[in-house]
Amino acid sequence: MLRPDQEMICHWIQPGTRILDLGCGDGSLLRHLMDHHNVEGYGLELDDSKVLSSLKSGINVIQSDLDHGLSDYFDDDSFDYVIMSLTLQAMNFPDQLLEEMLRVGKQGIITFPNFGHWRNRLQLLLGGKMPVTKTLPDTWYNTSNIHLCTVNDFEALCMQKGIRILERTVVDHQHRQPALLKLAPNLLGETAIYRFERLPYHQ
Amino acid sequence: MPETIPENSIGVVTPQMLHFDQPLALECGTTLPAYDLIYETYGTLNEERNNAVLICHALSGNHHAAGYHSMEDRKPGWWDSAIGPDKAIDTNRFFVVSLNNLGGCSGSTGPTTINPESGERYGPDFPIITVEDWVHSQARLADQLDIEQWAAIVGGSLGGMQALQWSITYPDRVRHVMVIAAAPKLTAQNIAFNEVARQAIRTDPEFHDGHYERENVLPERGLKLARMLGHITYLSDEAMGKKFGRELREGQINYSFDVEFQVESYLRYQADSFVGQFDANTYLRMTKALDYFDPAGKHGDDLSAALRNTTAQFCVISFTSDWRFSPARSKELVRALLDNDLKVNYAEVTANQGHDAFLMAIPHYLNLFSTYMNRVANEGGF
Repeated sequence: MLRPDQEMICHWIQPGTRILDLGCGDGSLLRHLMDHHNVEGYGLELDDSKVLSSLKSGINVIQSDLDHGLSDYFDDDSFDYVIMSLTLQAMNFPDQLLEEMLRVGKQGIITFPNFGHWRNRLQLLLGGKMPVTKTLPDTWYNTSNIHLCTVNDFEALCMQKGIRILERTVVDHQHRQPALLKLAPNLLGETAIYRFERLPYHQ
Repeated sequence: MPETIPENSIGVVTPQMLHFDQPLALECGTTLPAYDLIYETYGTLNEERNNAVLICHALSGNHHAAGYHSMEDRKPGWWDSAIGPDKAIDTNRFFVVSLNNLGGCSGSTGPTTINPESGERYGPDFPIITVEDWVHSQARLADQLDIEQWAAIVGGSLGGMQALQWSITYPDRVRHVMVIAAAPKLTAQNIAFNEVARQAIRTDPEFHDGHYERENVLPERGLKLARMLGHITYLSDEAMGKKFGRELREGQINYSFDVEFQVESYLRYQADSFVGQFDANTYLRMTKALDYFDPAGKHGDDLSAALRNTTAQFCVISFTSDWRFSPARSKELVRALLDNDLKVNYAEVTANQGHDAFLMAIPHYLNLFSTYMNRVANEGGF
């Protein structure tokens, strides 16, 4: 079973391509892409039980810590797509990993929980407490999401790093995309999904 | 002694012997005119002959990997935790072949064998065998058993090196390779440990330049020291601390050089039991095979280039506390396999047992092991 953000990703993948899935979890996204889009590739995962699940799913999984970067394993331009779904916000150095994604891949695809969503804003504004929602169910002290950002934050970082955003979708917690979402993505989108590439000759 | 054979054991097994008349040219330049290989098999070779798995043993291992030789056996084979019905290497699905390598001392031709030319034991005249030599000899065993291609070749430590070498020397003859707690070559520190072990044996006054059998003695002290040193490096500081701590055998310090700490007692016991069952000339040769192994060396120190013709799929496993063959060394291999766009899986198992972990029944490790072997069987359609 794919998560809705993963289903969205599948629409963006050209068949027959090479893929690296960062934080591949139980391997179901890569498995799905292998079965239905004829892709090949690897999944990277740190968690023991998820590595085992990935191995069970039949994908090729490498146990590794993304906070150490990708230079231990991969040369420049090794993949067509480097995917990272709902993982960026749990990284120690998300900005560096973003660069690593575009070093080893031609395009990056990222999904993350949008901290700018109105529920988060409302909880912080009215309750004065860190938001706890369906998308972000953990409390501040036990969450692995140490680098949450908003749609605007992410796009500003892309701008700063010379990353061109090719596609953006935001979905609500029921993973619908009502027309309103397009008008105010940072306010109404709960999960953000981006496809991006390096700008040529960016200094 | 097993009063009854456990249900998930392959049971009582009988080793078999094959004689090879075709001379084997060795890397060191000499040629073995003929030799014997002793081996065991577990499970049944299917009609398609595509379910065979080769087990490669490590430094002090042998052909007896699983099951019991008789009801009087105290312990099963050295990898019984992983080989048997419904185990990681499931003998209901696979046909498993496990041999004693050339130069060994458990039945295959080695230093303790009578040299037909002289009528005496080979002793120190037995040539130094390399990992590549072993792979060639194993390929001939496969020929004799009518196994064109192995479903998988599996090995830990020095055994993992053989499995890796297979994928380089005979890329068409192996579909899957499992390299466990191994390295693509030894580090200087590793070679240094081996050299201390060799010096311990070779400087024993009873070594007689390797002709100890002729003198009716054994270089026991040297072999014991070598084994003790080895054991220290196969365990982690943490595992030793947990097992022995500073525990005293008699509960008090006696200000003597007898065994006082439990760890001393353990090392001496391990050394004593090793002397009766292992040959010093074999030990020397096994450590040399380890030292010389370096597939990248023939390709300008480029491991990726060494693997250019490799087609097998890989599962590489390391253990966090293994400092003799550390995870970093396994990662070097993974990197080179990825450079060649090969299908690779890598897991780093959290374990405090050090290098020895690869022989132990660690649940997560065995889960990974059986999951991968399951993939091998499913792909083969058996």
